[in-house]
Amino acid sequence: MEKILLKNLGRPGFHTIDSCLVNGGYNGLTEAFKHAPESIIQMVKDSGLRGRGGAGFPTGLKWSFIPKDPTIQKYLCCNADEGEPGTFKDRGIMENDPHLLIEGMIIASYAIGASVSYIYIRGEFVFGTRRLEAAIKEAYEKGFLGKNILGSGFSHDMYIHRGFGAYICGEETALLESIEGYRGQPRKKPPFPALSGLYGKPTVINNVETLACVPAIIEKGPKWFSSIGPEKSPGPKIFCVSGHVKKPGLYELPLGTTMRDLIFDHCGGMLNEGRGLKAVIPGGVSAPMLNAHELDTPLDFDSLAAKGSMLGSGAVVVMDESTCMVKTALIINRFFSHESCGKCTPCRDGTPWLTNILKRIEYGNGRPGDVELLESLCTNIFGRTFCPLGDGAVMALRGALKNFRDEFQHHIDHKRCMVS
Amino acid sequence: MFSDKAKEEIQQVLKKYPNRRSGVMDVLRIAQRERGGHLVKEDMEEIARILGMQTVEVNASAAFYTMYNVEKPVGKYHIQVCRNISCLLLGAENLIKHMERELNIRVGETTPDKKFTLSTVECLGSCGTAPMMQINDDYYENLTAEKIDKILKDLK
Ligand SMILES: Cc1cc2nc3c(=O)[nH]c(=O)nc-3n(C[C@H](O)[C@H](O)[C@H](O)COP(=O)(O)O)c2cc1C
Ligand code: SF4
Ligand code: FES
Repeated sequence: MEKILLKNLGRPGFHTIDSCLVNGGYNGLTEAFKHAPESIIQMVKDSGLRGRGGAGFPTGLKWSFIPKDPTIQKYLCCNADEGEPGTFKDRGIMENDPHLLIEGMIIASYAIGASVSYIYIRGEFVFGTRRLEAAIKEAYEKGFLGKNILGSGFSHDMYIHRGFGAYICGEETALLESIEGYRGQPRKKPPFPALSGLYGKPTVINNVETLACVPAIIEKGPKWFSSIGPEKSPGPKIFCVSGHVKKPGLYELPLGTTMRDLIFDHCGGMLNEGRGLKAVIPGGVSAPMLNAHELDTPLDFDSLAAKGSMLGSGAVVVMDESTCMVKTALIINRFFSHESCGKCTPCRDGTPWLTNILKRIEYGNGRPGDVELLESLCTNIFGRTFCPLGDGAVMALRGALKNFRDEFQHHIDHKRCMVS
Repeated sequence: MFSDKAKEEIQQVLKKYPNRRSGVMDVLRIAQRERGGHLVKEDMEEIARILGMQTVEVNASAAFYTMYNVEKPVGKYHIQVCRNISCLLLGAENLIKHMERELNIRVGETTPDKKFTLSTVECLGSCGTAPMMQINDDYYENLTAEKIDKILKDLK
């Protein structure tokens, strides 16, 4: 498959506008201006593109919710907060092909009529921020940003907003609060951002990878895009592979590639030949893990949902037989309690409680009934939180308990680990 | 308190947004850099004045985001080691212990000569090159104990 999103990976120097233009960069934008904004939205709808930030919402449909009234200010926000543990794809795009993102953002802004866009990039990505800053400057110089872009009559300004260490700001309404200068806590929905988003104006929030798919859809056509991968989850997808594999890294493959092919064909198999695969997290730590019998699952939105998990951000974390699942569950749960924004009680109080119980089980002080206690706490948190972070914490833990309950019980009964 | 360069940067920041409050994160970042890695009460007051906010609101923003070091001076080199899943699977725990031994401090502490602060952080988005750490603005990836020794030696 021809690479769209990662074509520059491993090709130093290709991030500049000059090499970008030689390689067909901004052709999608030139093409887009030949069409009316509504036809761009239709093309994105026809392509079947679904959001790559985690939820898989149809992108064209999201854009179509924006009011068409030209007198209302509208905004586009690119979600580059990339905080889901295991995920490093947006960084890969921004560092290696910043103009692909910028081009996608200009097309999206043209489609929805946004005169201003913000890239919300996590604070730690200093290198990526510098790359984007330089690229935005280049794009202004070449007339791809600013007033009357390429004589189209469409004007657009693009700015970077740097996060500063808060996973929750990846949640789209928390992201908006953060740009507005408030603490990054989620807003009540409705109203949805498409009607009342940034500064109360209609706003589209899309992930970096989603927006990076757009230029190719316009240039090569929606049919080309929808012919890749499964009918209901089409297109190329970046998988971020980490953990116990020979060749971790970013892989751009059609959605629907099986977990087995990804790990054993593309990533060269397990890191240590002697150690088999124990479990794998398919879509970032919020996604419940799959076990070794589920490797033939196609990696796409619907197939993973059918397995009770999710594609999420496409972060695939591979764990071999030496991995202690109690430890894994503790590390993941500690992450969620650390990142809880404190707005609602079930998550603010519930996640640290889970972490404490997991800690005592891990360190040999587990008490009889602790597994049941974890389960009942999960029941009390799930579905009762203000935003999906709390649910994510529960889903991750439930996935570990479902597959490896005996390991937790062993820790409690024998005060030691089953695997090491 | 702000240098001329910083004042100019703040002017640029304010151009990005329809209101001044939206500049609070950038201005806090600039202030933290100017002070050499942390923020104090006077910074908040100054920022509140520039942005037309209440000092408590600026405080609230600073306290919410983990990268602002409020009243917490850090060493010349702030070492932040990832403690999340992908790094853990490839030995982050041992590396953190190794670093505590080499620097003779615990996680959360600063060396007496104020050169190094050691922290652990959640995933930094570099999991394919785990284990990893960040020192000030830079990422150090695919770490081993030997690599860490060399990095620390070069900084010492
Ligand atoms: C706790 C939490 C964290 C999130 N973090 C991110 C993130 O880092 N990047 C991202 O693109 N989406 C993240 N999302 C999803 C966003 O809320 C939103 O659905 C997404 O940015 C929409 O873009 P898309 O339609 O292009 O996928 C997060 C959601 C939640 C609940
Ligand atoms: S679920 Fe957690 S992160 Fe989400 S609003 Fe409640 S406290 Fe905040
Ligand atoms: S888990 Fe360490 S960088 Fe992602």
